Amino acid sequence: MSRPLALGGAFAAAAVASVFLALIAGPFPIPARVVVDSVLFPMPGVVHDIIWNLRAPRALAAFACGGLLALAGALLQALLRNALADPYVLGVSGGAALGALLALVAGAGAALMNLAALAGAACAISIVFGLSFRSGEWDIYRLLLTGVVLAAGLSALVSLVLVTAPQVQVKGMLFWLMGDLSYAGSPIAASTVLVTGTALAAGAARGLDLLSLGDTKARSLGLPVKPLQIGVFVLAAVATVAAVMLAGSVGFVGLMVPHAVRLLGVTAYRWLLPLSVLLGGAFLTLADTVARTLVAPQQLPVGVLTAIIGVPLMLWLLGRRRLSS
Amino acid sequence: MTDAGTTARDGAPLLKCEALTLAVPGRVLARGVELEVKPGEIWAVLGANGSGKTTLVHALAGLAPASRGTIFVAGKPADSSAARIGILLQQEEAAFWGSVLEYVLLGRFPRTAALFGWGIEDENASRAALAAAGLAGFEDRSYRSLSGGERQRTRIAQLLAQDPDCYLLDEPLQHLDLRHQVAVLELFGALARERAKAVVMVLHDALWPARVCTHALLLHEDGTVERGPAHAMLTRERLERLYGCALREIATDGSVFFAPV
Repeated sequence: MSRPLALGGAFAAAAVASVFLALIAGPFPIPARVVVDSVLFPMPGVVHDIIWNLRAPRALAAFACGGLLALAGALLQALLRNALADPYVLGVSGGAALGALLALVAGAGAALMNLAALAGAACAISIVFGLSFRSGEWDIYRLLLTGVVLAAGLSALVSLVLVTAPQVQVKGMLFWLMGDLSYAGSPIAASTVLVTGTALAAGAARGLDLLSLGDTKARSLGLPVKPLQIGVFVLAAVATVAAVMLAGSVGFVGLMVPHAVRLLGVTAYRWLLPLSVLLGGAFLTLADTVARTLVAPQQLPVGVLTAIIGVPLMLWLLGRRRLSS
Repeated sequence: MTDAGTTARDGAPLLKCEALTLAVPGRVLARGVELEVKPGEIWAVLGANGSGKTTLVHALAGLAPASRGTIFVAGKPADSSAARIGILLQQEEAAFWGSVLEYVLLGRFPRTAALFGWGIEDENASRAALAAAGLAGFEDRSYRSLSGGERQRTRIAQLLAQDPDCYLLDEPLQHLDLRHQVAVLELFGALARERAKAVVMVLHDALWPARVCTHALLLHEDGTVERGPAHAMLTRERLERLYGCALREIATDGSVFFAPV
């Protein structure tokens, strides 16, 4: 069997397993058999409510968030031809964080906070896009640099809000900044973005491979480079915003998951994109299950767990690669 | 290729440019450049550093919108001509993580019949192109692990897989050792002779490889352009003026070489 198909099978199994584990594990453990029964023969009751109203939406939110971040990371690495690009180079996380934190300081509720986060992310993206796409000329390096500069500025403003905010609010802010799924809303919108986004991106995969040759070569081969770049930018931005709206700024997944897939030997985007989505989703679902069970009843921000679990795995992959080649 | 065969019999130019202005931002390099490249011809583009050689081949490939003028591909204004014109760029911009075969497959983009991924025809063409570039057995190697010369030949293989009617080559011999320089020149010579392909190559270290060319275009530093059959263009007086340095003419076995004095 070819390597992409084998990995696809393994990642799909991991995705199912991670969601199943998310339904079983928690402060009120539910035996696997009961979960299977509840899926096959739904019966109203407390167990049913825990599975379908609490754990399943959260597992789906985690999966969608992880998948979206991995998708956005892979797309931006292709667009910017830069291995260090991650979903937050567009300034999304900084803009959303600043909006959300200001709303928190102003005493706004969850709905208004989400709206403020969305507005902040949209502002940041517009600035990055506007500055890198002036007078019809599109410059990838200016895009990357603008994003990095803007992120630095936003991060300073976020720190300013943190040190001046009332003590009682700071912990909630830190959870938001590190990424946390405790207050994730309905995962329906994000899941829809994930499925359509993955399909669209996979459809344009050959173009993404061509972009890695450089703009000039890609144009000489007849690729409509500029429309594709704008499309990829928009898709990556929408995917990142959808993920940030669910869980704040979860780090590590968007940068590292596409590289993990590459280190496992898959580089063509038609395989890399769907594989990254499956791996990112499974990984974040697992990390979130650990985050809410490790020191239960207290919950940890999942953004901390992604790095704690992911860093050793990535280091192992990197080391293995060096030894074998 | 049947098209190229037809045009070869007609003797009509495959690539033609009229009143072309070569410009880089802030500077005009040459005005009124005319060129007609017919099937089977191999053109050398020679000139000093910064004289507009690269700008010319980019303009011919439709990649330099700043340059004014008209370019015709097989008699039609050039726009979406990727299947007919292929270019080997001087500068590598690639950030490519995949295998050598995947790299070469990307050249099939304007030709492939597959909607998603690549077809068996694309793979066969790419493997044949790798073999022609002397890279059989490199298919599964990582592109990033290759040496400079191997990368250059992989880029040439990608162009061969694209199978255009007209090849525009910017410094095709860079990074290549002497044996592979000869092999690459022979490869494009055979494509021109046997399959009526047209070749335009920018040569930098040009005094012996230019001899395989049938025609030459000289871009002088003062903006004047000379073009014509190779034997008329590649003379000591012209090349001394072109490069601004004294040359010695060495005739041996009926061939003429030039070397700095």
